[in-house]
Amino acid sequence: MLKRLIYSREGVLSIIVLAMFFGVGVISPDFISLSNSVSIFNDTSILIMLALGQMLVILTRCIDLSVAANVAFTGMFVAMVNQYFPELHMSLLIFLSLFIGALLGAINGLFVWLLKVPSIVITLGTMSIYRGATFLLSDGAWVNSHQMSESFIGLPRYEILSMPVLGWMAIAAIILFFWAMKFSVWGRNFYSAGGNPMAAFYSGVNVGKVQFYAFLVSGTLSGLCGYLWVSRFAVAYVDVANGFELQVIAACVIGGVSIVGGLGTVVGCVIGALFIGVVNNALPIIGVSPFWQMAISGLVIIIAVIANATSDKDKARIILRNPNANDEIRAN
Amino acid sequence: MNNAIFSLKKVSKVFPGVRALDGVDLHLYPGQVTALIGENGAGKSTLVKTMTGIYQPDGGEIIFNGKPVQFHSPHDSHALGITAIHQETVLFDDLTVAENIFLGNYPMTKHFSIDWSTMVTRSQEILSSINAQMDPNQILRELSIGQKHMVGIARALSVDAKVVILDEPTAALSHHEIHELYELVNTLRDQGKAILFITHKFDEIFTLADRYTVFRDGCYVGEGFIKDTNEAQLVEMMVARSIEATYPKKDVEIGETLLEVSNLCHTTEFADISFSLKKGEILGVYGLVGSGRTEVMQALFGTTDHVTGTVKMNGKEVIIHSPKEAIDNGIVYVPEERQKQGIVLELPIYQNVSLPQMERLAKHGQIDEEGEMALARQYCERLQVKASCWDEKVMNLSGGNQQKVVIAKWLATNPKVIILDEPTKGIDIGSKAAVHEFMSELVDSGLSVIMVSSELPEILGMSDRILVMNEGLIVGELSRADATPEKVVSLATGGSVAC
Repeated sequence: MLKRLIYSREGVLSIIVLAMFFGVGVISPDFISLSNSVSIFNDTSILIMLALGQMLVILTRCIDLSVAANVAFTGMFVAMVNQYFPELHMSLLIFLSLFIGALLGAINGLFVWLLKVPSIVITLGTMSIYRGATFLLSDGAWVNSHQMSESFIGLPRYEILSMPVLGWMAIAAIILFFWAMKFSVWGRNFYSAGGNPMAAFYSGVNVGKVQFYAFLVSGTLSGLCGYLWVSRFAVAYVDVANGFELQVIAACVIGGVSIVGGLGTVVGCVIGALFIGVVNNALPIIGVSPFWQMAISGLVIIIAVIANATSDKDKARIILRNPNANDEIRAN
Repeated sequence: MNNAIFSLKKVSKVFPGVRALDGVDLHLYPGQVTALIGENGAGKSTLVKTMTGIYQPDGGEIIFNGKPVQFHSPHDSHALGITAIHQETVLFDDLTVAENIFLGNYPMTKHFSIDWSTMVTRSQEILSSINAQMDPNQILRELSIGQKHMVGIARALSVDAKVVILDEPTAALSHHEIHELYELVNTLRDQGKAILFITHKFDEIFTLADRYTVFRDGCYVGEGFIKDTNEAQLVEMMVARSIEATYPKKDVEIGETLLEVSNLCHTTEFADISFSLKKGEILGVYGLVGSGRTEVMQALFGTTDHVTGTVKMNGKEVIIHSPKEAIDNGIVYVPEERQKQGIVLELPIYQNVSLPQMERLAKHGQIDEEGEMALARQYCERLQVKASCWDEKVMNLSGGNQQKVVIAKWLATNPKVIILDEPTKGIDIGSKAAVHEFMSELVDSGLSVIMVSSELPEILGMSDRILVMNEGLIVGELSRADATPEKVVSLATGGSVAC
């Protein structure tokens, strides 16, 4: 059992992440302190949540390129609402961010489901549209921290048991996803619809609807992360999270989510995101330019894909009824 | 007789845990057709891949023209003039005929550019040598399926072929096209080429082949001249037991009418389809490819839009617009391409079995894994699926066992009507008998079966009643006692029963 765990993809990846983590700790002991560990996790929370949503999309053989643009639009939207109506209760703002995000995700999903448009095309389009809409909405202006209410900025920072709410939200998302993907009919459908859409269809699974749900969830999480992002950095502007969708997809791929669909786990996805988080946080400490960060993630993606491609090689199906059949035939 | 131009001696190919080929021998002679015979899984495809350099053997010798050779890549075997025509040739729809023929092997000018004029002239020569009338500059998309097949053959012959391997070449062809292929094989034989012909069909073996070689479970069983043998002997060599060509049709008491279909119509595919199905009955549906039989069955299963008409189960009208509604009403459809349309390779066996009825097994949206396991165990054991455990991924199973998982999946939904589309297509004789026996068991346990098939003996041997379709219409209904091969074929081809 332990052996199987270590040899599994998630096992290997966690060992690499831990080795990196403690490796940097040798150089700089502060890095592995509890408070810094919590802060690394907190830093990675948004990436984790977006990667979980993206995982659903990739499982169903689609891709969502519009997540970062969704983050920017929803972030700007709630920031402006907060700016003009500072008395509005935070729960309403959170609900609003979930709703707007879901709406933008649903647009992607409906195109994929009802019009059968390839998701890479539709989300490439909406990526630009959502980003453009952010500009139209704000007229290019920034919403700065002094224009935001105290509770708007304070909520994700509020600490429970020494961890900010942001981190707890990621933990809640992980638990929810873990349960849903393993134990709910709804979660299982992503695997069957992506693994073999034809077989799923003949088994009564509405594949298009499953894809729609994937985009809906990805959009909803992007909306929530939109609020969290502008609140955390205390600023909203058009270029928020520019290019972040690539890191989100990278987290999924590093975590073993198969880009052709049907394969991927919540645990793998989270470790993939943590990998990127640890690299991002470790590089400045060991004195490597942050510009290397993308190159390192890129390298890891390539290694991960190669590892995936080779692990399935040399696998043959069982043709002989039993391996000793030949000896028996010769003996006769 | 002259010596073999191409021989395999004691060739082995091992995959982890499996000896796919175990010391096999094969000899091909110029100007002769050798038939390679064996059940599914006998190692035929592995052999072809070894002969064409896709796989490298782990043991034994390959001898070409008396000299041992080694193929490191398909290019090496191609260079020696060994070429294969596959079951489904891979061609490029948007390229011209000439480009398709020479793809990967374009004639070049001295200046490293493609020599188009030579390519077109040589294409013309090759095409006329196989009596194919077409313009080498035509885009492939504009050709008929039969013509495309000829392009595939021309492609295989574009190298100076000495050894031609035909891997089940007639599987996708119509009667007329098969005849043309036979002539082509005879032409190639007269040109002195050594031909390896791989097929399931005995009539082809006895029409075309001079020699035969039999494999079983990756081992060489024997070889000889076709004129010295007969079908029974070959079958016995293949399966190591004699199989009687009888159908294990049990007499089951036929009950009340279960399913009643009336006036089922579709705008383009079929019209006025009315029939009934009784409890415990096997209803055979016969028709040529393209007669609309599969389309009718898919409409019953809810996968087709724009269908009008009524379907009644147990006298009550049911409305079926999606596979889910069909499954809920007790109708399941096992499609023709069972692996492609029936299995999620990445999921474990038990999750494949429970796929159509997860919601039934779940409580408040939460999956009951114990229940799934129990279901998988029950039905996979009944069908004797060979697997180390039920949470093994389906991709690790052999093709035959994957098919069993598909059937287990549908049986586990506890259906009332099971529609089997070409249940024995592409499977070997031994497994066919098992499928037929299994159908008898199904009706014995109270199910009703609709069997769509193109195989006449199967239709006649297994059905209680036979519907014959032609051009989207039901053109005849015959009882088991009345049905003769002549009547069925005559109806299916547009004749009348009288003849």
